[in-house]
Amino acid sequence: MSDDANLFAQQQSNRRRSTWLIFGFILFFAWVGFGGDLAFWLLTADAPPGSYHHVVPFIGIVSILSAAAICWYSWRHGAERVLWATGAWELIEPATPEQKQLVNVVEEMAIASGLPRPRVWIVPDADPNAFATGRDAATASVAVTEGLLATLSRDELQAVVAHEMAHVRNLDVRLMTLLAGMIGAIALMSDGMGRMIGRGSRAGGRWAGGRRGSGKGNPLGVIILVLWLLTLVVAPVVSRLLAMAVSRKREYLADATGAQLTRNPMALASALEKLEGATAATQSISQGAAHLCIVDPAPGLMSSKEGFLADFVASHPPIRQRIVRLKGMAYQQAKRETAGAVSPP
Amino acid sequence: MGTIILLAIIAGIALWVVGAYNGLISLKNQVVNGWKQIDVQLKRRHDLIPNLVNTVKGAMDFERSTLDAVISARNRAIGATGVQQTAKAEGELTQALGRLFALTEAYPDLKATKNVAQLQEELTSTENKIGFARQLYNDVATQYNTKQMQFPTNLVAGLAKASPAELWEIEDAGERAVPMVDLSSNKPGA
Repeated sequence: MSDDANLFAQQQSNRRRSTWLIFGFILFFAWVGFGGDLAFWLLTADAPPGSYHHVVPFIGIVSILSAAAICWYSWRHGAERVLWATGAWELIEPATPEQKQLVNVVEEMAIASGLPRPRVWIVPDADPNAFATGRDAATASVAVTEGLLATLSRDELQAVVAHEMAHVRNLDVRLMTLLAGMIGAIALMSDGMGRMIGRGSRAGGRWAGGRRGSGKGNPLGVIILVLWLLTLVVAPVVSRLLAMAVSRKREYLADATGAQLTRNPMALASALEKLEGATAATQSISQGAAHLCIVDPAPGLMSSKEGFLADFVASHPPIRQRIVRLKGMAYQQAKRETAGAVSPP
Repeated sequence: MGTIILLAIIAGIALWVVGAYNGLISLKNQVVNGWKQIDVQLKRRHDLIPNLVNTVKGAMDFERSTLDAVISARNRAIGATGVQQTAKAEGELTQALGRLFALTEAYPDLKATKNVAQLQEELTSTENKIGFARQLYNDVATQYNTKQMQFPTNLVAGLAKASPAELWEIEDAGERAVPMVDLSSNKPGA
C-alpha cells in the first residue's frame, strides 16, 4: 500500500533527522566549548610565567557533557517540560460537556489513525491553538487551549485533533519536541555565557590585562574568540529558524493526513479560518515551542503574508495557502464521490 | 559446492515460507482485532440506546413509532451475526437514530436537557468511532485479502488457513459520509 509506504518513509525520515539533530547539537556544543578553550589557550600562551595559562580544555568537557545531558533530558522529559511550560493540565475526568466532547474526539481520531489514545491536556488560554508532543505514539500528548474548545464546532475540533494525531503518527512530535528542548537550552546557554563574559570584562579582565601586558595579542586567538562570541549571539536565532524550517514542511503534510483521517478536509479549512480570525497571541505558549502548534501562537507580521521573507521566518506556512490546499482536497473528494467511486481518498 | 548452493536455496525457500506464513497470520490477527474494535463500539451503542429512549420517552410520547423503530432496529442489530448481516442491521439502526435525532430538533426543551445532550454526544461519538473502526477494518481486511490472493503468497495461504475476510460494505451513499448528527452544541458553524 502506497499510504503505508509514505508513512513509513516519513517516520524513517523523522527518526533519521532526530538522530542528526542530536549529533549536530552535540557538535555545536563541542565547538562552543573547545572553540572557547582554543581561543583562551592561544591568548594565554604568551602570557608571562606565573599568570594564568589555559591548558585544560574544561569548557569543552563541561559543554559536551551538558549537551549530552540536555539531549537525554529532552528525550526523556521534553514533552513534560513543554506541557509544563504552557501551564497545561491533564484532562482525566471530563467535567463539562465540552471536555467530554474533546475526549471523545481524541478517542475517535486514535481509532481512525490506529494509534493508542494519547493523553489529553488543556492549556488555560483564551486564544484558540493546539499542539502535540511526545517521543512516539505511546508517550504522545495532545493539548488544546480553552479558547479552541470555545470557538470550534465538533467537526472542526475533530479536524484539529486529526491534524495533531497526524503529527504523532508521522513521528513529527519526536523531532519537534527534541527541538523545543534544544532551543530552550541554547537560549539559556547563550544568555548565561553572555552574562559570564560581560561580568568577566567588567571586572577588569585578567585576559585583557595579560594580553596588554605581553604587548602582542595572538591574532588567531582573537579571530577565534570573535567567531566564538558571534556563534553565541547568533545561535538562539539560528536554532529558532531551524525549528521553523523543520516545522513548516510538516504542516502541509499533517493537514493532508489529518484530512484523510476525518475524510473531511472542509472541517479543517474552516477551523483554520477561525484560528486565523483569532488574532490575539497565545500568551501561554512561548516562542521556544511555537513550532509545535497548529498555528503560530504569536501571529505577527508574517503569519498571513506570503513571499520569500515570510517563508523564511514564519514557523508555519501562510494559513491562506493551507486553506486553499484543503479546499482543493475537498473539491477532489466531492468530484470522486459524484463519480461514484467507493474507494477512500 | 553444488550441495552448498542447493542447501542455500532450500534454506532461502524455507525462510521465505516462514516469513510469508507469519505475514499472513499477522494480518489475519489484525483483521480479527479490527473487528473486535468495531464490536466494542457497537456494543456501546446498543447499551446507550435504551437510556436515550427512556430519557426522551416522556417528552416525545406521540412519536411512538419512531421510538419503536429505534428499539426494534437495535434488537435486530444485537441479534445479527456475520459481517454482512451486522452491516445491514447497523445501517438501519443508524438511520432510525438519525430520524429520532432529527425529530428532537422540534423539542427545544428536550434538547436543552443536560442528560439528552450528553447522550447525544455519546451516541455521535460512538457512531464516529464505528465509522473509523470500520475504515480501519476494511483497510486491513483488503490488505489481507489481496495478500492471500497474490502470487507467490497464495502458495502458503492454504497452510495459514487464510480465507478472504468479508468487508463491511456501505449500502447507500447517504450513509457513506458518516452522518454527523450533532445537536449537542449550539456553537456557530455546528
